[in-house]
Amino acid sequence: MNIIFFYISLVFYSLATIFYLSYLIVFKKIYIKIGFYLLLTGFLCHSLALGFRIAEAGYFPVTNLHESLSFFPWAIILVYILYNLKNPIPILGIFVTPLAFSSMFIASLFPNIIKPLPPILKSIWLPIHVVFAFLGNAVFALAFCGGILYLIQERALKNKRVKGIYKIFPSLESLDAINYRCLTIGFPLLTIGIITGSIWASYAWGSYWQWDPKETWSLITWFIYAILLHERLTVGWRGKRAAIMAIFGFLVIIFTFLGVNLVLYGLHSYNSW
Amino acid sequence: MDIVLIGISHKTAPVELRERLAFSDKVINNSLNKLKLLPGIMESMILSTCNRVELLAVVEEKERGKSSLLDFLSYDRDVLKEEFLSLLYELYGKKAVYHIFKVASSLDSMVIGEPQILGQLKEAYEIATRNGSSGLLLHKLMHRAFFTAKRVRSETKIGNNAVSISYAAVELAKKIFEDLSKRKVLVVGTGEMAELAVKHLISHNIGKIVVTSRSIERAKEFASIFGGNPISFDGLVEQLEEVDIVISSTASPRFIITYNMIKPIMKKRKNRPIFMIDIAVPRDIEPEVNRIANIFLYDIDDLQQIVEDNLKNRESEAKKAEIIIKEEVEKFFKWLENLNVIPTIKSLKEKWENIRLKELNKTFSKLKDLSEKERASIDAMTKGIINKIFHEPATRLKRAELSANSTLYIEVIRELFGLDDIKD
Repeated sequence: MNIIFFYISLVFYSLATIFYLSYLIVFKKIYIKIGFYLLLTGFLCHSLALGFRIAEAGYFPVTNLHESLSFFPWAIILVYILYNLKNPIPILGIFVTPLAFSSMFIASLFPNIIKPLPPILKSIWLPIHVVFAFLGNAVFALAFCGGILYLIQERALKNKRVKGIYKIFPSLESLDAINYRCLTIGFPLLTIGIITGSIWASYAWGSYWQWDPKETWSLITWFIYAILLHERLTVGWRGKRAAIMAIFGFLVIIFTFLGVNLVLYGLHSYNSW
Repeated sequence: MDIVLIGISHKTAPVELRERLAFSDKVINNSLNKLKLLPGIMESMILSTCNRVELLAVVEEKERGKSSLLDFLSYDRDVLKEEFLSLLYELYGKKAVYHIFKVASSLDSMVIGEPQILGQLKEAYEIATRNGSSGLLLHKLMHRAFFTAKRVRSETKIGNNAVSISYAAVELAKKIFEDLSKRKVLVVGTGEMAELAVKHLISHNIGKIVVTSRSIERAKEFASIFGGNPISFDGLVEQLEEVDIVISSTASPRFIITYNMIKPIMKKRKNRPIFMIDIAVPRDIEPEVNRIANIFLYDIDDLQQIVEDNLKNRESEAKKAEIIIKEEVEKFFKWLENLNVIPTIKSLKEKWENIRLKELNKTFSKLKDLSEKERASIDAMTKGIINKIFHEPATRLKRAELSANSTLYIEVIRELFGLDDIKD
């Protein structure tokens, strides 16, 4: 059942992506609207898929690449929808949707069978640790998309090329606000994610911190965002520099997420495939 | 019966002539009074703005109607016909309607897409209505014109982008700042351009205005007009730490704000963005300032370029608008064609016949036991009822065709029985 809904949501995400991207060609606002509703429908199916998988597997499904790569876009879209409720920036969907779709698509390439969970991972800390870490990453994904938009818009304004597509861009201020809001929300989430992970590690492996690659890279990510947040609040790193940092930070997250699993070997390779 | 329009506009005649032919608010009623009494003129109205003078009329016969209008214009405005005849356009029927729709949609305006003309046209129509010079046809024509203008405005981007330098600056400000009511603008130098830009900013709810000038008196005067805060010229640097928008337009031969001056200020501002508009010639702000992060500097050429791009954009939108206008002209003439006795009688008959058949079917499907004969006689009876009812209005309508009120009769019938499919 979870597989069926997974594919249904994948179809909706792909349609949403098509509508969002075709907006860039036809410039009709209705495309963005349709794209958003498709995304919303896809998200509902995706939530069902997730629910079914939890029921069928009996654990929180983030133990292999298929599951993680599918949970990640769910978190991103959740964060995007929540952000949109308060500060609607429709054009943000043009970046968020393809990002979520590609993650889902890659997830579909990995085997989706439910394997029994290694006993060592069976713990209430699994969902707690993972949900915080993923939500944190999803919030930073939004900051990443906002950062790209900011850089495009900033470049256009600096170079005095403000016709065509740039007309529909939101103000720099509202794009920079994405960066700030995401930072102040994402950073605590990431911090809690790391702390809960460490608590869980002490139960599972008997030690809070073992410097396995995932832990090390998570810490690096944490430092990047800590620096950005600190500088932003004290010196006033805003605008372009904050956007670049948000983009850089997210690339490091991607590496922590994928690179460490695929390239480096460590304890977190439990979720190898 | 025909629709005739004669007129001159900024496209065909110089301002001197337009001035002499213009009807001022004071005389227009009087002129309409004379105009409507002219033989062969059934309905009329006058559109007179600084860019155009146009007489629109429904006439009995077009050639005679036109020459009446020309004579009237010459006599009433006291200008010899020879002076304006070569600069004047004369349009009939579809072309006249097309022109009026185009004017209403601001495609014929000095700056394409500027909407003032629609208001002026509405006013001209109101005056004609109050005067009684306009009638059923102009009434419909004007309403279709307003409707067309509305469609053009909402279905094309003809009125979208700024076509003046000062407004372009405000649009840019809104690309940088989300909410101008929280922003503070510093006006350096108090020229006319600065005034225009500040006016636009005020209409977009700019938060605070600070004014400085080499002469504090000028600054005070400017500030009192626009509700700002005057400061001395020495306070400029200090203000740069606070303000979000700078509009500079002094007559200074040298740069007033330089790279070396503003660079350290950005640190104190914690890099809060600042939008600098340099509308002075020679320039007031060193161009290198644009290289500093979070400063966006636009000089007069940059703004001019944006305005030109936007104007080009409007021209291409005007092409889309013309398609809409053509559609609406066709719709109007379809309505006009139906405004005759024969098509009205025909569609009235069709409508009733449809109703009759529908009701007949309903009855027959309920009364399944009827014989063929019984059916035929019910059918004949209903037909008879319709024909009897129809007879009286049909003969009277045909009789009215020759009278002056024929269009009124027809329009009332069409309206009461809902015969027109034109819908707003």
